[in-house]
Amino acid sequence: METDIGYDADVWRQMSRDLGLTAIHIPESYGGQGFGVSELAIATEEMGRALLCAPYFASTVMGATAIMKAGLEDQKQTLLPGIAAGEVIATLAFTEEHGRWEAEAVAMTATHEDGKYVLNGAKSFVLDGQSADLVVVVARRPDSKGTDGLSFFTVAGHAAGLERVLLKSTDPTRKLAKLTFSNVEAVLLGEEDNAAGPLRDTLDIAAICLANEMVGGAERLLEDAVAYANMRVQFGRPIASFQSLKHKAADMLMEVELAKSGAYYAAAAADEGDEDVSALASLAKASAADTYMQTAIHAVQIHGGIGFTWENDTHLWFKRAKSSEVFLGGSDYHRERLMQEWDV
Amino acid sequence: MIEFNEESVRGEVRAWLEANWDPHLSLVAWRNLLVDSGWGVPNWPKAWYGHDLPLALMPVVEEEFEQLGVVGVARKGSSSLAAATILAHGSDAQKEKFLRRILTGEDAWCQLFSEPGSGSDLAGATTRAVLNGDHYVINGQKVWNTSAHHADYGILLARTNVDVPKHQGLSYFLIPMRQPGVEVRPLRQMNGHASFNEVFFADAQVPREFMLENEGDGWKIATTTLMHERRYADSMRREVKPSERPERIYREEAEEAAIALEPYTWYPQRAGRVDLVIERAKATGRNTDPVVRQEIAKLMSMARCAEWTGRRARVAQEQGRQPGPEGSLGKLASSYVARAANRVHTMITGTDAMLTGDDSPMDGVIAEILVSTPAISIAGGTDEIQKNIISERVLKMPKETRIDTDVPFRDVLNNTG
Repeated sequence: METDIGYDADVWRQMSRDLGLTAIHIPESYGGQGFGVSELAIATEEMGRALLCAPYFASTVMGATAIMKAGLEDQKQTLLPGIAAGEVIATLAFTEEHGRWEAEAVAMTATHEDGKYVLNGAKSFVLDGQSADLVVVVARRPDSKGTDGLSFFTVAGHAAGLERVLLKSTDPTRKLAKLTFSNVEAVLLGEEDNAAGPLRDTLDIAAICLANEMVGGAERLLEDAVAYANMRVQFGRPIASFQSLKHKAADMLMEVELAKSGAYYAAAAADEGDEDVSALASLAKASAADTYMQTAIHAVQIHGGIGFTWENDTHLWFKRAKSSEVFLGGSDYHRERLMQEWDV
Repeated sequence: MIEFNEESVRGEVRAWLEANWDPHLSLVAWRNLLVDSGWGVPNWPKAWYGHDLPLALMPVVEEEFEQLGVVGVARKGSSSLAAATILAHGSDAQKEKFLRRILTGEDAWCQLFSEPGSGSDLAGATTRAVLNGDHYVINGQKVWNTSAHHADYGILLARTNVDVPKHQGLSYFLIPMRQPGVEVRPLRQMNGHASFNEVFFADAQVPREFMLENEGDGWKIATTTLMHERRYADSMRREVKPSERPERIYREEAEEAAIALEPYTWYPQRAGRVDLVIERAKATGRNTDPVVRQEIAKLMSMARCAEWTGRRARVAQEQGRQPGPEGSLGKLASSYVARAANRVHTMITGTDAMLTGDDSPMDGVIAEILVSTPAISIAGGTDEIQKNIISERVLKMPKETRIDTDVPFRDVLNNTG
């Protein structure tokens, strides 16, 4: 956590080489395990619970999914096995300094000259962007607007003209970078001008996985808070015997279980090719985000003074809850998206 | 029948129904046949109108009944609870006297547990039962008694001893309702309906042989009733719509159902009518207000997640897994959904929310939502009690220190002053 790359290389090797976690939802024909979003979501739930510091979300959830959704057959053959093996760390560079998550907001341009694509502009809030080996970038044709003219590209992390700056982030468990592209040569990923659909699918799956990750984190916070309340004695009795805390804990459990149902349901819907998957992804994301943040607030409160100290780990989940609340779009954005998806 | 499997059960039920089912019979005549056959309550013991059928095979029997449009035994809320309790705790003589007439629908029952002074704290009941020769004399008041005005009997929790701790001094009676010492008055709710009653006892009498088990066993027996109440709470409200077919038995069944279901007409509104929110928002044009859209999305998300949580609990149950916390949360979640739905309906309805009846949207349905949702967080165990149960049983948090359980009831503070 307290390094620039933000993770332990030994842990990453165990996760990828020994456990195969980096390969879960990548098809077997590309060196993966061939499971679905539901299984990927189970992994992210457990990582959220453990507050894992690793480039998993960037590489497997976002990078690999984008390549699976957008890439041509030979590109998938080339790019996915390395990510599945954990040897290549990928990421998705999508949003920009404005921090908006709808495809229309992409301003970065890709010009096509002499058979080469050249990227200019800046991407921000890129997960593990400072350490990724492979950056999947969304950019647009200079004269295009809206969701038209968008294409995916791949760029090596050390490409000439790519400047990567680690951002100071509140949540020390997620590394964010700003990537500035000055005439960076890029390879088109998939079909030109056709990124909107695959991008939507990728962000839906990312939102669903993030929702599951948040549910895992919220559940852990609740368990820790209850364990602390059972142990902590004031006025001659465990504070967990006070109704004010018991009722708060019951509310927390209800919220966590409801958010969990939303997250699980959305993951299953993604595997079943449910037409409503974008709506369900937004529903799950907003519900889990509100729940995680609220649970974190309650968890600090139940810990009392110790909960506000650096020494007590609760603040790490609190900060993860805060960064997850806005990453991939805040709850208000996802609720509005839900309403549009449902034709309200 | 020696051993049960789906095929054998289906075959037996179908054969018996094909030989005996006749919609031209009277309701009571048919139900007597059904009770004698053991297919009216097949999960009951063989000795008492059943076949000892495992619960898992009950749906097979129900399917066969539905297939032929067969009318089943009477299933009125409180009567079913009385039957289940008598079956579990009654003497043979009590079972002989009461069970058949409950199943045929000839006797209707009501539940007499809650009191003005003891709601959540049911074991604090102060209605007294004093033995006088061959009968007990009852004095006191009960409340929230659904269908008491139609009832022939009531299941009554009353105190026989005030010198022992509260849970030990209660006894369980089967009281005849049609007698001079029992007065039933309708209780009007804040939404204008009168779905419940208050019942007053002034020297009412219960024959000594109508007490279940012994003096002091009342609380133990009441927990049986409450367990069945929770289990049947949903199914009673999901009552099958009576058939509109012309034969005599269907007409009689429809009349019976109309009386039994009358108290529940506002129950959908009590739950908040989330199903109406989007169509109402579109109809009123409030769907263009971004603030309203946010609130609708919050509500719909919570309602869907609550529904899926219930589904997780059912699947766990069907697969024979130990239900996780999801099984204990439905009631609490429904309170939050209903409250949020009330707010959103109000936002959508605007100033019209001041109106009711045919001056108001949807001929008063919306107005009824707005004044009915407070019931859901109180009835059948308040939210506060639900949270105690969840925190103690699921989260294993310690019980609140209690000062009323180990002292004689007469020394415990209560509401009677």
